[in-house]
Amino acid sequence: MMRHLETIAIPVGAVAVSLVLFGVFITIAGANPLEVFASIYRGAFGSWFAWQDTLVRAAPLMLTALCTALPARAGLIVIGGEGAVVVGGFCAALVGIVLNGVLPPLLVISSMVLVGALAGGIWVGAAGALRHYRGVNETISSLLLNYIAIALLNFFVVGVLKDPATLNKPSTFPIGDANMIGAIGESSIHWGLGYGIIVCVALWFLMRRTTFGFGVDVVGGNVRAAQLTGLPVGRLIVSACVLGGAAAGIAGMIEVAAVHGRANTSLNAGYGYAGILVAFLARHNPIAIIPVAILLGGIRASSGVLQRAHDLPDATTLVLQGLIFVLILASEALYGRIPWLQPKAPPKEQPVMQAKEQPKEQPA
Amino acid sequence: MTVPSPFALEAVNITKRFGAMIALDSVSLSLRRGTVHALLGENGAGKSTLVKCIMGYYLPDEGQVLFGDREQSISSPHDAHLLGIGMVYQHFTLIPNMTVAENLVLARPRLPAVINWRAELASLEKEMKGMPFQVPLQASVNTLAAGEKQKVEIIKQLLLNPKVLILDEPTSVLTPNEADEVLSRVRAMTQERELSVLIITHKFREVMNYADDVTVLRKGKYIGSTTVAEATPQSLAAMMVGRETIASPLQRAQRQRGNASLDVTDLWVENDNGVDVVCGLNLTVHDGEIVGIAGVSGNGQKQLVEVLAGQREPLRGSVRLHGAAYTATRAQMHEHRFRCLPEEPLRNACVGPMSVADNLALRRYDRPPYSSKSRILHRAIFKRIAREWVESFGIRTPGIEAPIANLSGGNVQRSVLARELSDAPHVLVVANPCFGLDFGAVAEIHNRIMAARNGGAAVLLVSEDLDEIMEMSDRVVVISGGKLVHETTPATADMTRIGQFMAGH
Ligand SMILES: Nc1ncnc2c1ncn2[C@@H]1O[C@H](COP(=O)(O)OP(=O)(O)OP(=O)(O)O)[C@@H](O)[C@H]1O
Ligand SMILES: [Mg+2]
Repeated sequence: MMRHLETIAIPVGAVAVSLVLFGVFITIAGANPLEVFASIYRGAFGSWFAWQDTLVRAAPLMLTALCTALPARAGLIVIGGEGAVVVGGFCAALVGIVLNGVLPPLLVISSMVLVGALAGGIWVGAAGALRHYRGVNETISSLLLNYIAIALLNFFVVGVLKDPATLNKPSTFPIGDANMIGAIGESSIHWGLGYGIIVCVALWFLMRRTTFGFGVDVVGGNVRAAQLTGLPVGRLIVSACVLGGAAAGIAGMIEVAAVHGRANTSLNAGYGYAGILVAFLARHNPIAIIPVAILLGGIRASSGVLQRAHDLPDATTLVLQGLIFVLILASEALYGRIPWLQPKAPPKEQPVMQAKEQPKEQPA
Repeated sequence: MTVPSPFALEAVNITKRFGAMIALDSVSLSLRRGTVHALLGENGAGKSTLVKCIMGYYLPDEGQVLFGDREQSISSPHDAHLLGIGMVYQHFTLIPNMTVAENLVLARPRLPAVINWRAELASLEKEMKGMPFQVPLQASVNTLAAGEKQKVEIIKQLLLNPKVLILDEPTSVLTPNEADEVLSRVRAMTQERELSVLIITHKFREVMNYADDVTVLRKGKYIGSTTVAEATPQSLAAMMVGRETIASPLQRAQRQRGNASLDVTDLWVENDNGVDVVCGLNLTVHDGEIVGIAGVSGNGQKQLVEVLAGQREPLRGSVRLHGAAYTATRAQMHEHRFRCLPEEPLRNACVGPMSVADNLALRRYDRPPYSSKSRILHRAIFKRIAREWVESFGIRTPGIEAPIANLSGGNVQRSVLARELSDAPHVLVVANPCFGLDFGAVAEIHNRIMAARNGGAAVLLVSEDLDEIMEMSDRVVVISGGKLVHETTPATADMTRIGQFMAGH
């Protein structure tokens, strides 16, 4: 119970401090911080219209956050979400283009999800395998894999796969309107949000309720104990990376099939990097990723309002995002060190365990 | 002018709670100037907690610390250092991949912004002359054996010129000879300088030989203090456990030697620095026998155990269990009931931030009844079995949901013991199982290992404590230079020859 208090109080405190620092920044930039905060709120959650924008942005964040959160549970710091989004989206687009009109839309979309997940999984799984079998630092390799993914995408969309009709933003041919993921009801929110939530819940279940997740946690907690009990350390590490990469690959697929209709450089819009922040804020818990992604989606959604209402540059919300990230990372050092957040009251349902021969005295 | 207090340090009525658990219940302790004061108590009695309260590492819920006549509020180890209280913790705090000299310099509370390493080295070399023992300044810490690391930890504190030095089980990782060397030097220093020492230990021998006073704690309560002159090991043991000691003797069942269960052939293993430390080792352990490996630490025992535990790849050679090749996979461990009690259990056998219940489940969590065929965990079963084992193995913990890293050293060891011994192991590898355990726990662990042997398990016991090897083993082998160089039985053993083989002659 009380450990949960800490895991909530510390991130909330870190976010509060970053808001204060952001206020200072806003003041220096010449705007009134309180008004800016109000605008951020309005732009993020102030109206149904704002909510829709927020949720649309939250969907890919949920999936890319998993790409950092799952490997983190196995003890790896992977920042390869951006690359996985790009290869996932690109490969899904290829499948869509090839199967367009050949198969019914439902099958086309399913194949796109599958191939997007597979591509992202292989991409990030490679970073995990390099780490485990060759000792390559996974943070660096996953970052480099991002650059490789983006370079490959550029190579193909301005080269052999370019649709000549796309002039100012070179893109692949379209996957076809029939194969697009539609909106939820009357809203402008596409079904990608559903994918995000379902994947988060499914992976939460996998990590918290199954032997696989338990094994991954053991490996991430202490490799030597995992080895002592004979766990297949390499397989668990690589699987966690593959699952994380697959989630990010689906995010790429959604960007293609719900937003752009084709693969182009909009795929590397930074969702992969923002996902790292979401994962750390959520302490790598797949369920906590859902609300955190919505929060961050809101901040990103409000950037337009800031530009219009306060004449602040587009990147202002990135400053806030960066501040939150730095403070969250710094606040990791505070766990277990804030006296009044430590457990005090005896949890009622849990008796004190003592050795058999001890008198059964109840501490006051 | 008032007369200066005869005490260098006093702790008065210290109470400390962790959640519902009362780790210290109004405990007092007075350290006389220029003396060595021993703090005794069973595992989990609260010894480490008391000294951590003194150091400001924990804030006591009640009570004060008096330092040199005055009440001092010490709210962090940094404050304690500034007052002149130094402490060597139960676990090593050196930075492994830095040199000894770098570690020593970094420990100073006030460091200049730019460190002139040449000058620092020169002054360190000069200061080392006045130290009770020498350490290689240029060596990287991770190449040092445990004994040397402990010396570095102590020198690190001595360089700060403390008035009070607290040592939390400094000898747990030392051989008896090393312990004698360290303690006699430390004791000499209390007389040479104005130094008072508070030392936690489980060894009565050390208390009787090196301490002036002794204070005993039991389950968080203050039991009493006495001078060592008036104490005997028996009286201290009685104070510790609250009754006359029950020396339940080891029950060694007569058994025929069974089949060869563990077979190691021509094993070669290198250490972290790529040096061969196990060089063509051959070893067989049969059902129902304990084979003890004696040897000076650093002769390949550690790497041998790591290979068997699956924590290190051998260069070549084979390990067979019941005749089948063994590569330390989970399936093989399960099939052959291979279990292991490694040294440093928190580092080698537990996941510190995970709960006691989860740690107790590590061996079997992927099988019924812990989980279903469809691989869904049954947390209720985890808890039920954990409660049973906490009860039957006497693990003292704030609760089964507490992170195992919060348990006292001895209780971590008990938890691992519970997990590894509860499902009738067939092959058991044990390394230094009693480091840092109180005498009651030592007897209990010996009994449990013996019971596993009597039940037919093949037991390999690696220990730096020759007495333990002689007491436990059916067969004794000596390891030196990565090979077994001598074999005997406890009944026919010639201790001088064993000593010669251990020394490599
Ligand atoms: N941070 C903590 N949180 C909760 N409980 C703790 C914590 N630290 C210690 N305890 C509990 O307090 C009790 C006393 O622990 P302590 O480490 O002081 O024992 P000890 O006398 O040093 O034993 P050992 O000889 O095994 O080192 C133990 O039961 C332990 O579980
Ligand atoms: Mg202790």
